[in-house]
Amino acid sequence: MTASSFIFPHRHLLGIEGLSRPDIEGLLALAEEEVAVSRQVEKKKSVLRGRTQINLFFEASTRTQSSFELAGKRLGADVMNMSVANSSVKKGETLIDTAMTLNAMRPDLIVVRHHAAGAVHLLARKVDCSVINAGDGAHEHPTQALLDALTIRRNKGRIEGLLVVICGDIAHSRVARSNIICLQALGARVRLCAPPTLMPAGIERYGVEVFTDMKKALDGADIVMMLRLQRERMNGSFVPSVQEYFHYYGLDREKLKYARPDALVMHPGPMNRGVEIATDVADGAQSLIREQVEMGVAVRMAVLEALAGRLGNG
Amino acid sequence: MPNDTTRPIHLANARLIDPVTGLVSPGGVVISDGIIRDFGENLHAAGTAGEAESVDCGGAILSPGLVDLRAFIGEPGEEYRETLRSASEAAAAGGVTTIIAQPNTAPVIDDPAVVDFVLRRARDTSLVNIRPAAALTKGCRGQEMSEIGLLKEAGAVAVTDGHRTVTNAQVMRRALAYARIFDMPIIHHAEDPDLVGEGVMNEGEFATRLGLPGIPRVAETIMLERDIRLVQLTGGRYHAALVTCRESLDVIRRAKQAGLPVTAGVSINHLTLNEYDIGQYRTFLKLSPPLRSEEDRLAMVEAVSEGLIDVIVSDHNPQDVETKRLTFAECTPGAIGLETMLAAGLRLVEAGHIGLKRLIEAMSEAPARIVGLETGRLAKGAPADLMAFDPEEPWLVDAASLRSRCKNTPFDEARMMGRVQLTMVAGRIVHRLDPA
Repeated sequence: MTASSFIFPHRHLLGIEGLSRPDIEGLLALAEEEVAVSRQVEKKKSVLRGRTQINLFFEASTRTQSSFELAGKRLGADVMNMSVANSSVKKGETLIDTAMTLNAMRPDLIVVRHHAAGAVHLLARKVDCSVINAGDGAHEHPTQALLDALTIRRNKGRIEGLLVVICGDIAHSRVARSNIICLQALGARVRLCAPPTLMPAGIERYGVEVFTDMKKALDGADIVMMLRLQRERMNGSFVPSVQEYFHYYGLDREKLKYARPDALVMHPGPMNRGVEIATDVADGAQSLIREQVEMGVAVRMAVLEALAGRLGNG
Repeated sequence: MPNDTTRPIHLANARLIDPVTGLVSPGGVVISDGIIRDFGENLHAAGTAGEAESVDCGGAILSPGLVDLRAFIGEPGEEYRETLRSASEAAAAGGVTTIIAQPNTAPVIDDPAVVDFVLRRARDTSLVNIRPAAALTKGCRGQEMSEIGLLKEAGAVAVTDGHRTVTNAQVMRRALAYARIFDMPIIHHAEDPDLVGEGVMNEGEFATRLGLPGIPRVAETIMLERDIRLVQLTGGRYHAALVTCRESLDVIRRAKQAGLPVTAGVSINHLTLNEYDIGQYRTFLKLSPPLRSEEDRLAMVEAVSEGLIDVIVSDHNPQDVETKRLTFAECTPGAIGLETMLAAGLRLVEAGHIGLKRLIEAMSEAPARIVGLETGRLAKGAPADLMAFDPEEPWLVDAASLRSRCKNTPFDEARMMGRVQLTMVAGRIVHRLDPA
């Protein structure tokens, strides 16, 4: 399939769940084109000219928000950022009130991040425009999974048949959930590694292999994907201490040796250096972490463009 | 509506069912002064009861009215959610003739004066009998025992902290021991709040897929185990308000086999719905304790059928849009159920999982017995709290037309089979379905 003939059959992007393999591959192909655009001096397309994109972030996130902002601007959209973390919601306005207010401003695309799982679904039911999930609670973060898939494919040439190990706080991670679904849809084998306190119930039903021993988990890995551990979970509630966590679950050079010699390291950011990943690994030759950021903009351009293709002219 | 209680009423042309005696036969019932005077096959035809005013039941099943052991009402303090009047209208339409009101009101029903207030307001405004279950601890805070004896004298029929769990084992131990003086049943929502944590639905694969924090089954089972040990120690009369998972049934079974004064209830929701009904974050399906797996649901149904679980409740809990139109994790749990509990229960009869007599018993005589009420029986001299329903009448639940002030039904747009035609409380007809 060529990117130009790709028609995305959904009105919103609320999660990876529900997307078919052709949907995902179509978005990735389109994202490859966006990479090329982003590497030109003139980084501009006009597919979203005249369109309004609102970035509605109920949870602060500098990197995801700026990635979406840049993506929209490179496609010619008028982009407005709303950081709700410190606005009317604090004054008691509900999510639905906010949605209705924004809807009255007639946006074409709303990008939403919210701390509660399902918030994006709730919002999508109340507005007339396309909604993109930029992370809802511990549920999904679809553009992260897409950018991770794009980064892997560009570096390994394929995803089918690769062994991807996702390590860290799986229980609270939307990145892990979206990645598991996405990578499996594209034919990868997925392993998970975490202490049992950070492993969600019933996860083995996803068809993944579950490990608590990181060295065993990493055996034969093509890709090692590390997850962020939130500070409030480090001190005795889920794991005893940062020191103990890093000792057993932090990715350092020693543990990385258990993976394949050509294994590549990823992290959705922002990193806690010395907690889940050692600095020399994060900045080392096997790290793809900076490339993930670049692919983030490209994938978000692709998603915006794909959804814009379905917007009416009214 | 014939509401003249001085003239006897003859409910004729009915099919009588009394779960206590096992009676199933065509017949009629004669009522005067709020009391069942006579009933039987010989009273089936109109005109067979002398001068009594005859009411034709149209062949409907006539049985004891339902007794709902667990309903939350917003009066006093949260009348925007539900008043005693609006709850009674919903109850009457659902065949419920007695509501045991939970104490989680504002103020909490933890004082004889508040019990008195509720009883007076109910007398003046309610269509059905309302008896309060008073607070087990002051303010339902789980710390200090309430005045169990005085509350009983004021008219409370049980003590409970409603939707709150008494986590302090010492408080529970003493309450169980003390309540024995008055033979007052203690009804407990057994769910360890620490194990519930931030959980909002059943722990497992589906919660993980939705990215929602889970509530493990052990939160219930561990608290139930603790309570049974305390019952063993004290001999206090104990009723587990809501049992939801298979493991808890083993605990109840062992307690009953040991001859302990233990009974158990389950909500109609946990008998007819499971966690997958939450679908895409439907907040009306957020309940406490949460909906469990299909396997658990089937185990609950079987336990009701064999009598291991004694009672079915509506767990009626009105929540308005302000507390439900939120994200799943943030919304308040609870669903209304007074008006739909019988119809939902009849689904289980239709499916062949529970016998009709057992269903009615678990919703009438069994709860009445636990709280020491005379109602729930078809017997001469018993209160004339009755309902008639046509088990074959199909209807569609329309949330907007339900009588409760709040519309948070998990059965919106559900197809039901079986509808209440007539409800009588103390000899007064308080609900009569208009012929279509």
